[in-house]
Amino acid sequence: MRGGTPENRLADRLREQLWQAVVDGEEHRAVDVVHAAAADGVDEQTLLLEVIARVQEKIGVEWAADRLTVAQEHAATAINERVVASLADRRRAAGRTQAPRGRVTVSCIDGEWHAFPARLVAEVLGLHGWRVDYLGAQTPTPHLVAHLHHTDPDAVLLSGSIATHLPTAHAAVTACQAIGVPVLAGGRAFGPGGRYARALGADRWAPDARGAVEVLAAGLARPRPAAVRQVSEDLPHLVDQEYTMVVQSRPQLVKQTLVELETRFPAVRHYSDVQRERTAEDLAHIVDYLATALYVDDPEVFTGFLEWTAGVLEARHVPPHSLLAGLDALAGQLRDFPRTVSLIEQGSAAVRGRPAPRPVLGPDLGV
Amino acid sequence: MPPLVAVSRGIPARPSDADRTVGTTWSDAPCPVLVADRDGGLVRMNGAARTLLPGAVDGEPLDRRVPVWLSDAHLRVTQGLHAPADAPLAGSIDDRFFAAHPTPGADGDVVWWLVEETDRRLAQALDDAQGRSRILTEVSSTLLSTLNVARCMETATAMAAEHLAEAAVLVAPSQGRRYPLTHAQRGGRVSHVTQRIDVAAVPGLGEALQGFPPVPARWINPDDLPDWAVPDGFAGPVGSVIVTPLPGHGVPAGALILLRSSTEQAFTEGEELFARLFAARAGAALSAARLYSEQTRITETLMQELLPPTLTSVHGVDFAGGYRAAKEQDRVGGDFYDVHPAAHPSQESLVVLGDVAGKGLDAAVLTGKIRNTLHALLPLADDHERLLNLLNGALLTSRHTRFATLVLASVSRRGGKVHLRLTSAGHLPPLIVRNDGTVEEVDTRGTLVGALPAVTASTVRTVLAPGETCLLFTDGITEARGGPLGDDLFGDHRLRRALTQCAGMPAEAVVERVQMLASQWVGAGRHDDMAAVAITAPKTGRLTVVNGRASGQEGRRNR
Repeated sequence: MRGGTPENRLADRLREQLWQAVVDGEEHRAVDVVHAAAADGVDEQTLLLEVIARVQEKIGVEWAADRLTVAQEHAATAINERVVASLADRRRAAGRTQAPRGRVTVSCIDGEWHAFPARLVAEVLGLHGWRVDYLGAQTPTPHLVAHLHHTDPDAVLLSGSIATHLPTAHAAVTACQAIGVPVLAGGRAFGPGGRYARALGADRWAPDARGAVEVLAAGLARPRPAAVRQVSEDLPHLVDQEYTMVVQSRPQLVKQTLVELETRFPAVRHYSDVQRERTAEDLAHIVDYLATALYVDDPEVFTGFLEWTAGVLEARHVPPHSLLAGLDALAGQLRDFPRTVSLIEQGSAAVRGRPAPRPVLGPDLGV
Repeated sequence: MPPLVAVSRGIPARPSDADRTVGTTWSDAPCPVLVADRDGGLVRMNGAARTLLPGAVDGEPLDRRVPVWLSDAHLRVTQGLHAPADAPLAGSIDDRFFAAHPTPGADGDVVWWLVEETDRRLAQALDDAQGRSRILTEVSSTLLSTLNVARCMETATAMAAEHLAEAAVLVAPSQGRRYPLTHAQRGGRVSHVTQRIDVAAVPGLGEALQGFPPVPARWINPDDLPDWAVPDGFAGPVGSVIVTPLPGHGVPAGALILLRSSTEQAFTEGEELFARLFAARAGAALSAARLYSEQTRITETLMQELLPPTLTSVHGVDFAGGYRAAKEQDRVGGDFYDVHPAAHPSQESLVVLGDVAGKGLDAAVLTGKIRNTLHALLPLADDHERLLNLLNGALLTSRHTRFATLVLASVSRRGGKVHLRLTSAGHLPPLIVRNDGTVEEVDTRGTLVGALPAVTASTVRTVLAPGETCLLFTDGITEARGGPLGDDLFGDHRLRRALTQCAGMPAEAVVERVQMLASQWVGAGRHDDMAAVAITAPKTGRLTVVNGRASGQEGRRNR
């Protein structure tokens, strides 16, 4: 990665400068770094993808490693967003207009709050001559569909970072296709190699902004408008109702698991309200990922999340045995559901398979 | 098979003594058989023929008893004229259908064997009907799934070219003197153009666009078609044309021109009928799409006034707002906010955030009135209580019976600091996030507006240091129900805890964090309208470094 070409060295230096400005919460300095580089002739796509996007990635990594607080992470992201916006303003001010290649809509999955990747894709597509309607985060699927009826774009780019939004994404994919608009899925939510995008019947998947540019350049065939598909047409395993059961009993599952953790670990009994709530939230997340794995019928959704969680906990010096105990308690309540039980077993195995962290006493799952 | 050599049954045809030589054969035949002489007189009939033509007697003229297709055929056969080879002799007698096989005799008599084909005909018709109804179902479901007018026209034209003709042109109602035209060829591209055309150039088109009944295909001379009515690259000269109106909801939705090249057969009556059935469905779908676009345009226009505004920085103070309506399909509701920038940086900008009783569009309409009234009252904003009383008076005299709660914030920046005057009228008091993470409730109290004859409210002054935020919010956030256990209130304490973590954050990050936590708390559950506005004193570069929390992190940051 650290190649010796002058371009790479320049990108390295810009990243370092932007990172500094962003974590220091200095918006003006951050904007200055990027604008000065643009004035020096660094092209905008490089700035967006090699500098800003990489700094944003690092923000996530540093947060997971507990080297940034939530506040710093949010502040840094907000500043990065303003940097992107200021580049767009700069482009508009320069008045470079050309006839658009076509029109596309960029939207996040309903419920997805990580709008940054979608914003980057929207900007890069703009650079490549597309007319982009950027709907951003918090766009309910009915609004997306209404927008598509109104504008009839060549494609919808559906972005998602968190896998638990996949069932919602599925509804959006089928709705867009039913009105004859092809869907290009992107973002971490769609799994390694976009495997969940395929499972949900998306027309195409792209790993990143450059990939999206390529897919659109090659052209996407319009699906023939037709009646909306039933979810079970794409995912026949859903007829076993395990997904439905787990989603509907989520609050009870969390409650019961908390009770069992209290019996197993005396320390849990002495948790403060805040600690209890954090633990409940963690358990709720586990149930959400479990449900998603049931939905797409792929253990990787669940095992991947658990491995990541174990890593985050480890960075905060929390050993994984509380995680395992939670999984165990869940499996006990869900023993009548074979697909679910098998997923939990695979999840536990994945957590156990991680390299052992240094031992720390206390099952502070949520702290 | 040429009918005149139809001696396939091996019948010795000698009509003069037919009853003697072949009598037993044809008179017992299960199919109707009749013998007619060269003058068209009925000579003999078998039993089956008598049943088919009850009351017919020997010697009677044939044309008095049988349909004209058969008597004409007899005439042709007796005159030695060959029937066209590709038109087999067939037709209906009453409601049955027969193929007629003539066997000529020596004296000019003809023996007519009538082989019944009613069942085969019915089966064929049923097959065609099933095929057509399958196509019509597909047409309906395809067309009705899109509500975009241009797309709907493209799909309708492409399907017409695929199922009805070789090429199709859809003429939509005019926009001024220009008509949107959609061209399609079977298996080819669909193109769309809006141009000035003379509709009178295509017979029946003007009438079709006005909703008159279709002109029969044979009335249109393909040679008279103007260029625009034939898609580019149409193979060969046009052989036959149909123009059919697209009936809409109340007004015509356009007209469809269907074209076949001269090598393809002309449109039959049945095909014309089918084209009309197709057009009815296409017209209904197009009308729905047009109605939807029109409604959307109206809604958009009206909604512009009601949507929460996008907030940015004003005179050195950062503002950010977030809104989530109770009903997903609505984008507006009973919560509202506005920032009215001061005319000059030394003056105060006015921020309003409020909540009208109720939700949905009805509540949103009232928020529009309140926002307009407040806008008009802006010059009086230096006295919040007086302003609230004027608003109260306006609400009491309006026909609306709803009341509202709101918070007013007059904001100005002096030096690096932001000075605030805050007044709550029956609303949740604003929260202030200090740089050390302390969250303070602003101690302003007042009565709601639109219910009582007078409003009493206390105004509180406070100052934000750079990096500090004052959050105005509605109870949709604190009363959000959900959480990991499913039915807990988000509550004041969780909002405060969340804000503690927001110390030093930019305004939009604070709003986004609060909105995100509240939204995730409710999950897919029901919730009220949620609105929040952050007023933030921007950090200046130097001050960030001195910021206690950020510098506290420096040591832990591992680079």
